[in-house]
Amino acid sequence: MFSYYLQLGMRSLRRNPILTALMVIGIGLGIAASMTTLTVMHLMGSDPIPWKSDKLHYVQLDNWSADNSYYDDGRPPDQVTYRDAVALMEAGKADKQSAMFKLSLPIQPENKELKPFRSLGRVAYTDFFGMFEPPFKYGGPWSHDQDAGHERVVVLGKDMNEKLFGGQDSVGRTVRMDDIDYTIVGVLDDWKLRSRYYDLTNGAFEDPDEFFMPFTAAIDLKQRSTGNNSCWKSSGDGWDAYLDSDCVWIQMWVQLDSPARLAEYKSFLDSYVNEQKKLGRFPRPLNNRLLDVNEWMADQEVVSRDVQVQTGLAFAFLVVCLVNTVGLLLAKFTRKSGEIGLRRALGASRREVFSQFLIESGVVGLSGGVLGLALTGLGLLAVRALYSEYKTVAHLDWTMIFVTVALAVVSSVLAGVYPTWRACRVQPAAQLKI
Amino acid sequence: MLKMTHLQKVYRTHLIETHALRDFSIHVREGEFVAVTGPSGSGKTTFLNIAGLLEEFSGGEFLLDGVNVSGLNDNARSKLRNEKIGFIFQSFNLIPDLNLFDNVDVPLRYRGFGAAERKKRIEESLTRVGLASRMKHYPSELSGGQQQRVAIARALAGSPRLLLADEPTGNLDSLMARGVLELLEEINRQGTTIVMVTHDPELAARAQRNVHVIDGQVTDFDEAPRLREVAAGNADRGSGAESGRAVGAMD
Repeated sequence: MFSYYLQLGMRSLRRNPILTALMVIGIGLGIAASMTTLTVMHLMGSDPIPWKSDKLHYVQLDNWSADNSYYDDGRPPDQVTYRDAVALMEAGKADKQSAMFKLSLPIQPENKELKPFRSLGRVAYTDFFGMFEPPFKYGGPWSHDQDAGHERVVVLGKDMNEKLFGGQDSVGRTVRMDDIDYTIVGVLDDWKLRSRYYDLTNGAFEDPDEFFMPFTAAIDLKQRSTGNNSCWKSSGDGWDAYLDSDCVWIQMWVQLDSPARLAEYKSFLDSYVNEQKKLGRFPRPLNNRLLDVNEWMADQEVVSRDVQVQTGLAFAFLVVCLVNTVGLLLAKFTRKSGEIGLRRALGASRREVFSQFLIESGVVGLSGGVLGLALTGLGLLAVRALYSEYKTVAHLDWTMIFVTVALAVVSSVLAGVYPTWRACRVQPAAQLKI
Repeated sequence: MLKMTHLQKVYRTHLIETHALRDFSIHVREGEFVAVTGPSGSGKTTFLNIAGLLEEFSGGEFLLDGVNVSGLNDNARSKLRNEKIGFIFQSFNLIPDLNLFDNVDVPLRYRGFGAAERKKRIEESLTRVGLASRMKHYPSELSGGQQQRVAIARALAGSPRLLLADEPTGNLDSLMARGVLELLEEINRQGTTIVMVTHDPELAARAQRNVHVIDGQVTDFDEAPRLREVAAGNADRGSGAESGRAVGAMD
């Protein structure tokens, strides 16, 4: 009977095109508004590296002042000091590890037709590539030896390679940055990151990094982070004092391949901080944290409260559209009282009438869902045009396409329950003069 | 086929009680053609609604083909209605956006027949009423008489044992009415019990038995079945005895 009811539902839509259009447009608009915001929220908060997000951990150590915590709620600082980062790197207790920071450098192209320009990149250890797995188009990451040798090598992002070398294989060539030549060892392919989750302290939806260079080489060249830097006491004078200070400006990630390794690393961090306490540092109680990728994204509120509120409002709008649909379905089904009475007289039970009209509501929802999908596509296009920071997340994926259509059908079926129930209550005798 | 004993039907509002049927008893035997007459508001329609299981009754007993319908739930009543009863309405009640084939198909869908069986039955019933060539037409493309024939085809498609008709010729001119009546008589001759509500004495006269209802009660009935008077130009088509029908008086 399902296909029969489906046919009847389709016929019924065609019979009252204006009423149908009103319902479909209402549902389509409500669905589009809620799905546009929900898509952005879903993709903002979705796991960026699901196959290993529970293995990658962000390191936080509480080196802050004894008098004031970094956050009011007692959470430790978002970044670590240079000396702690280097100590953790040298200890090498994790399966993979990388300290890193954001760096902006002037690029001086070989091609004299190109003017020098400033570019944002990342200073890291080679394990960065093994941990976050960016795809390489040419070459590969630099080696551990090159890290240890403080070598001036670089991995270029795809766009930077496009700009400087027309997208050709540039491995082995050099690029001049801030008057220093760096040898290119690798070029990334398209790295489709929904959020730049490895550096949330500097914005989850910033432009992708255009180059990567060894941490050791950058420190040799006294390159300061162009990202966030926080100090709770003076960093002193000069570069060495800054490196030795309690200012936090470095992000520290470790890969721990098993729960046992995680426990070991936690224990190692506690021992490390306790040792530092003996040297007069870390005046606050032990407050180390190792959050995995999703925990760290939640901690940093990657899905902002604004987006959450917008999504809530959009869903409220959907409810308004559905209430409107309830009214229109009531009108539609009331007009069909005669047919309902007739079908009852011809042998349809209440349950069969209920099924028929609920499926008809579902057909309205399906049509609204298709319209809503198209409008959601337009909505996301508008989001990308208006908010460039959301351009990586304002896209429909298969999950959201499925959710859009399912939401439309389920919500319209729910909207149809009351009108359908009313339709079932029709007394056939009252509708038919037999 | 249909036996009501001391049936009561009371409509209640918070202000008044209306006794639509009171102490209403009737026994229609299998194969009979019974006409129910009476003034407007006498309870004829209520009787037909209850007989068609479209309305509940307030008291008494109702046996339909030997089944006591008092305790049946909606599903069971719908099934019984679908299997045993065919309806013919004064205003035809065809679904306008379904063609003739699909209109006749409606009760068969609820019966749960397969596609081949439904097709066979639809074609047979439309052939029987002389409209097989128009099964893809829509009701609006037919005359009133033809629409009523489609309604009869729909009623017959499920091979019901009881046909309930309310003023089946009420919306038709005399020529069309005659055609429809002849069709009903033929259906009755083939064994289907017919109960027909009518205001038309001429129409009632052609039934085997007349039941007169006033104020919700049976006030007059034929004790014995009559020879059916035949429309002009037609030969006698026999009595109940001829057609092998059991005939009897009102209880």
